[in-house]
Amino acid sequence: MTMTLPGFNWLEVVYLVATALFILSLKWLSAPTTARRGVLAGEIGMALAIGGTLFERGIIDYQWIAIGLVLGAIIGVPLGLVQMTAVPQRTAISHAFGACCVTLVGTAEFYLRTPNVPKFMMSVLSLEVILGGLTFTGSLMAAGKLQEVKFIPQRPVTYKGQNFVNLATLAVAAGIAVALVLNPGHVILFPIMVGISLLFGVMLIVPIGGADMPTVISLLNSYAGLSAAAMGFVLNSKLLIVAGALDGSSGFILSVIMSKAMNRSFTNVLFGAFGQVQTSAAAAGEARTVRSATPEEAAGILAAANKVVIIPGYGMAVAQAQHKVRELYDALTKKGVDVRFGIHPVAGRMPGHMNVLLAEADIPYDRLLEMDDINSDIPQTDVALVIGANDVTNPAARTDTSSPIYGMPILDVDKARTVMVIKRSMNPGFAGIDNPLYYLDRTLMLFGDAKGFVGDIVRELSGGSQH
Amino acid sequence: MSGDVLINSLFVFMLAGFIGFEVIKRVSPLLHTPLMSLTNALDAIAVVGAIALAGGRESKMATILGTIAVVAAFSNVVSGFLITDRMLRMFKSSRPQK
Repeated sequence: MTMTLPGFNWLEVVYLVATALFILSLKWLSAPTTARRGVLAGEIGMALAIGGTLFERGIIDYQWIAIGLVLGAIIGVPLGLVQMTAVPQRTAISHAFGACCVTLVGTAEFYLRTPNVPKFMMSVLSLEVILGGLTFTGSLMAAGKLQEVKFIPQRPVTYKGQNFVNLATLAVAAGIAVALVLNPGHVILFPIMVGISLLFGVMLIVPIGGADMPTVISLLNSYAGLSAAAMGFVLNSKLLIVAGALDGSSGFILSVIMSKAMNRSFTNVLFGAFGQVQTSAAAAGEARTVRSATPEEAAGILAAANKVVIIPGYGMAVAQAQHKVRELYDALTKKGVDVRFGIHPVAGRMPGHMNVLLAEADIPYDRLLEMDDINSDIPQTDVALVIGANDVTNPAARTDTSSPIYGMPILDVDKARTVMVIKRSMNPGFAGIDNPLYYLDRTLMLFGDAKGFVGDIVRELSGGSQH
Repeated sequence: MSGDVLINSLFVFMLAGFIGFEVIKRVSPLLHTPLMSLTNALDAIAVVGAIALAGGRESKMATILGTIAVVAAFSNVVSGFLITDRMLRMFKSSRPQK
């Protein structure tokens, strides 16, 4: 296969332009005002690169390419039109597809080149298919968990020595890679190596629970990018190396942000040991009292407030309550109440999940504030309304050194004058950790479904304005 | 792969990695979801390698694997750009647009 193009060549110029457009694309994405221009730049770069390749690269048969492109478009369009609540699953699926492409191309390259594969080439090729393979099955598992597919356990599955077994599995794959580098003629070893990486991807995600998904998706994003960059090394394609490096560093940065927001060290994340759920001795059943309130009372308090901060969490997404929340935002804004949203970096199931849902519900983005920006304002806030968030508001993370989430940065909602929490019941959240916030004197529990309860508050607010 | 090609590739990788860090660090957390879907779409440029394989008539297996790879990567191109643009269209400011 002749992938190297000798000398100066116009296709390389097209790839150069596409590379520049890709970098500009991400640069323009930095702010909402220029972001759509960024998408356009990416699209033009992509069209140039694909078009140039179709015209130039010693292509003999167009038939299979055409079939592939048509099928890809048929699959891609519905995946691009999914509901916003399904975006985490879609993202995981697209990581799987990207990794699938990389693994297949790497596999084909190996069989075309064996047994004359230079050592360096074989190392990169192994890296490509190991990373690609584990990202493929890992992302499929993640997508299955997010979509709540029946035969994939939702709860993290853990067992003794899991980390050791996982690392040993990865070590076997790496060992086979070394054997292949030393002698690329051992053709039989290749499918075994791919098989083990596919298995490793499954094992990596089995111990992961929902709350860890933002970190895991970012990490898989990074792996997908790195495997594509490795493919760029194999094919000697600078465009692919750049695209892979951009994707890899993006996933890496997001993983670091996510792991910091969960107070987990980055090595902890890298070794996949981040799914362990501390079963904190089922909160010794001392009966502490909570105060609850009706929608009517809640509406009264909200209407009398000057400043309200709403803290959304995954529960809001599950209940599909974002449109009702928007109605609440409108009703309160109309009464002159200043309503803002406090977004924790790991709220939801992927980075930025809450922002997309609230933007979908037409809430202006300048009302959505990051944790650090909103926290300094919370003490001057009359009401903090928590909708479907739990651990990210747990004051134990600040005070209780024995808590499994101790040290995790949280939204300081307990410093607001009044706290209201919409919750189905007093069951502890995902991590099984009791939340002292609920027992504060200033806290009112609003028991019920997020969508229904917010709807009731809105009805009270609009009814109350008539007299 | 000769030593020169390898060093060239490593240079490109290193520089692109630094650019990636600097550019992506500046992306507002507000847009982290679209960021992920956009980088995913750009990453699907792997489709050019798959196209060369599917159309190169090098071996039956290369054609089959290449074609499946084209399907996988091109679906990412289409869905990635589509959903990123859909998401970004939803982000509106309460301040009047200039």
